[in-house]
Amino acid sequence: MKSAAQIVRDVRSGESSATAELERSLQAVRARNDDLHVFLHVDEEGARAAAARVDERIAAGGDGGALAGVPIAIKDNMCQTGVPTTCSSRILEGWRPPYNATVIDRLLDAGAVPVGKTNLDEFAMGSSTENSAFGPTRNPLDPSRVPGGSSGGSAAAVASDMTPVALGSDTGGSIRQPAAFCGLIGVKPSYGLVSRYGLIAFASSLDQIGPFSKTVMDSALVLEAIAGHDPMDSTSLPEASPSISAHVDDGVAGRRFGLVRELVDGADDDVLAQVERAVEALREAGADVVELSIPELRLGLSAYYLIAPAEASSNLARFDGVRYGRRVDGDDVTAMMEATRTAGFGAEVKRRIMLGTYALSAGYYDAYYGQALKVRTQMIDAFGRAYRDVDTLIGATAPTVAFAFGAKTADPMAMYLSDVFTIPTNLAGEAALSVPFGTGVDDMPVGVQLLGPGRSEAGLFAAARVLEIADGR
Amino acid sequence: MAPELRREDVAHVARLARLTLSDAELDMFTEQLRSVLEHADDMATLDLEGVVATAHPFGLINVVRDDVVRASLDRDVVLAEAPDVEDGRFAVPRIMGEAP
Repeated sequence: MKSAAQIVRDVRSGESSATAELERSLQAVRARNDDLHVFLHVDEEGARAAAARVDERIAAGGDGGALAGVPIAIKDNMCQTGVPTTCSSRILEGWRPPYNATVIDRLLDAGAVPVGKTNLDEFAMGSSTENSAFGPTRNPLDPSRVPGGSSGGSAAAVASDMTPVALGSDTGGSIRQPAAFCGLIGVKPSYGLVSRYGLIAFASSLDQIGPFSKTVMDSALVLEAIAGHDPMDSTSLPEASPSISAHVDDGVAGRRFGLVRELVDGADDDVLAQVERAVEALREAGADVVELSIPELRLGLSAYYLIAPAEASSNLARFDGVRYGRRVDGDDVTAMMEATRTAGFGAEVKRRIMLGTYALSAGYYDAYYGQALKVRTQMIDAFGRAYRDVDTLIGATAPTVAFAFGAKTADPMAMYLSDVFTIPTNLAGEAALSVPFGTGVDDMPVGVQLLGPGRSEAGLFAAARVLEIADGR
Repeated sequence: MAPELRREDVAHVARLARLTLSDAELDMFTEQLRSVLEHADDMATLDLEGVVATAHPFGLINVVRDDVVRASLDRDVVLAEAPDVEDGRFAVPRIMGEAP
């Protein structure tokens, strides 16, 4: 599969066309989608029209945009006009949004071609896609294993060469963990860097949209295209999209990294071995790497599993059978809403709605939600202290390589623990990415996580590029 | 430490969240939610007196736009996706009891 950067070059030079690149992508989807269950909906008609527009722009003398002719897969929790958008939930089955998410508009402006909507854990709640109401996605590298989640469909689209790039959303690791499990770059941008307008909300203070790709440069190109202030998202950062691709080859000479004990403790030995190799690679490239401890990160999982469900319980109140999606009839409005929500939501979504409702209820608010918000403050302060000493933090993305189907479905707490290293970044609103580095047991890929303060993306991408080169890619 | 979650707490929360649970689901969710809350006890028992709460990663203050009328989605386009519509509005089953 060609990289997105190569496709842009070929489409602009006339070597290829957006239409030809799309047809190649659609062919790959047809070949493997039935087996892997990556796309919930393939928008052939819309994609062909978008590709034709790019080819017309180029025929008219334009450059076609920064992503000219690049097929891209979209996680099915982002709205696209007229294209079914389900969040992998029965409650939104058949719904067609009447508007585009800002990221869709920006991709189209940049000449990218959205191919279709990818599978996820219902409402992005999960770490394996096993919570999708429409069945799980299989890991293209080993179909007996999960692709990770919640953005598992988008990760699998790129790993199986259906599209060179994809968009996911990351609330507690939902881009980085599947990127690690599928051997990809996956980026959780700084909170507010990418507009959330049209991203169906799970936990609004934690959610961010970001890219998947096989190369560091491709994620840089996609992130540049979708980032930047959006008046439609009041939590969007005020500045324009940052320059990232120009800094990918900046290297790490003279930069100071911190290997964080709490971001490797509990990881399997095969994962640890690759993190240690990554530390050596950074040192060889001229970086200074020290070991440090941020004990506050140990409370991340507890705080997250009160804050995220609390916000979800509020955000998902809108799914009540009145304005969109599915309705199950009842004698009065309350009975209708209860019947709709009971039939429409799966078990994990119900679990989190109830957990959040409980954490916010009278008598328990201070002990749970209130306490979690204070822990969040401590975590932000602790990261801030670490970043006075080092530029970038390093750790594992996930404690294990991709696990087998059914390995963690019986025990929600075991599933939640697979996000233990990724959650702190979301709570702090900072930036992090996962870069594939070596392999672990059974030749499955390992993800190394790089973390930085808000707006530090350019530096993270440069470090990821150093690891990409050291890993022979 | 917060008191242990009881089965009736889960039933109450399910009612608040407009969810109907079977007896088997009540048992299952009570056990699972208890395990998550037990994990949270490491946090619930901390002395965080005086620590300021963070509800949002930035210290956001209200973000407002100029108060001018702008185009929005067409009403018919929005209603086309609704489960039930009457006279240009969302229709729902009755909200109050029968008239006496």
